[in-house]
Amino acid sequence: MTPRLKLPVLAACSTGLLGLALALVFFYAPTDADQGFSQRIFYFHVPIALTSYACFGWGAWKALRYLRTRDERADTESYVAIHQGVMFGALTLVTGSIWAKASWGVWWSWSENQLVLFLVLFLFYCAYFMLRFSVEPGSARANMSAVYALFGVVLIPVSFLAIRLSQKFIHPVVFNSHGPQMAGSQFLTFCVALAAVLALFATLYQVELAGKRIDAHLRELRELLT
Amino acid sequence: MSYVADVGALARKDLLLELRAKETLPSMLLFVVAALAIFHFALPRGAGDTAALGLLWSALIFTALLGLTRAFVAEREQSMFDALVLAPCDRSAIWLAKALAVLAFLAAAEVVALPAFAAFFSGIGGRTIAAVALADVGIAAVGTLFGAMAVAGRARELLLPLLFLPMAIPIVVGGVGGYLWFLVLYDAIFVILAWATFEYVVAEI
Repeated sequence: MTPRLKLPVLAACSTGLLGLALALVFFYAPTDADQGFSQRIFYFHVPIALTSYACFGWGAWKALRYLRTRDERADTESYVAIHQGVMFGALTLVTGSIWAKASWGVWWSWSENQLVLFLVLFLFYCAYFMLRFSVEPGSARANMSAVYALFGVVLIPVSFLAIRLSQKFIHPVVFNSHGPQMAGSQFLTFCVALAAVLALFATLYQVELAGKRIDAHLRELRELLT
Repeated sequence: MSYVADVGALARKDLLLELRAKETLPSMLLFVVAALAIFHFALPRGAGDTAALGLLWSALIFTALLGLTRAFVAEREQSMFDALVLAPCDRSAIWLAKALAVLAFLAAAEVVALPAFAAFFSGIGGRTIAAVALADVGIAAVGTLFGAMAVAGRARELLLPLLFLPMAIPIVVGGVGGYLWFLVLYDAIFVILAWATFEYVVAEI
């Protein structure tokens, strides 16, 4: 598919999927017997969190590609993926807080592992931008960003383990070794919502990347002119 | 065995510099004792030993941060990075030597901090001492790598705490909880990662 066509198709897909997911969440998925209506935020909170992990993973993969190939495009792609990851991470914190308020009556709960993990990751990846913007553009900056991105993806499981160790485990466990603990209709809604958020990420990723590429191109042209 | 010789020479240089200039270690010692004194007044009366132990760990992390900020100052001020990178040695040897020097400073600071803590607050067991020793390895490994990154940026001293503190959260969890196996795991993972990636960080400073 040509690049000109890719973005509109992606955008149309994510709009369609998001619409479908919203319809399923509000009209198809059954109301939770225990938590009631507020449980429906689950269909956004969890897919957003998973997408955020996917962003960080993708960013680290591109960072590794950069260190191996020295291809500047991989550096930009890594940066854009992490940028998107931080945005989805912020959304996870917000939706998680709202859910915590609705179901436990508090905005923040230190015993909610996912929230605390996202706080750690959010702090870590915000520092990524501080690092990136305090170093002059060039291969030194790209190298450091790549190394930092690799540390981040290793920090995810380590922090997860640390947080599991540090507190009692009251977060609802939906996925365990016996597969998803939910009804078929709930699982379908969840999968559609996950696909929708992932498609949204892919679209935003392409949009930001296109912007960055135009930026770089423009800079080259300007340098040629002067 | 030239790798070991390189590491030895570089680490010796750092320790010798500190021995002559006496810049980092005295400030770390003063800082950790002052921090413990602050914590004594910050803790409510009768807060218990568990709370005090938590404060010991935050004092240690911030003291380490103080040492790490100074770790690459000489290299930066004398523009020694270029010479180090040009030197015919493996670049990871630079990291290993600096990490060993940082480890030595940390250990020296803790030789004062732990007895001071025992005197000010409560006695400490062998488990805490082992946890502190294991945590030092992780702090030195990660902190040295991030210190080299931070020194290349414009913000420098400001940047290192931002980079390092999120990485230190698992260390604090393992240290306060006394999960020695977790600290060993953390050290193993991040020592290998830092050792493998350091050459990229100094490649083009």
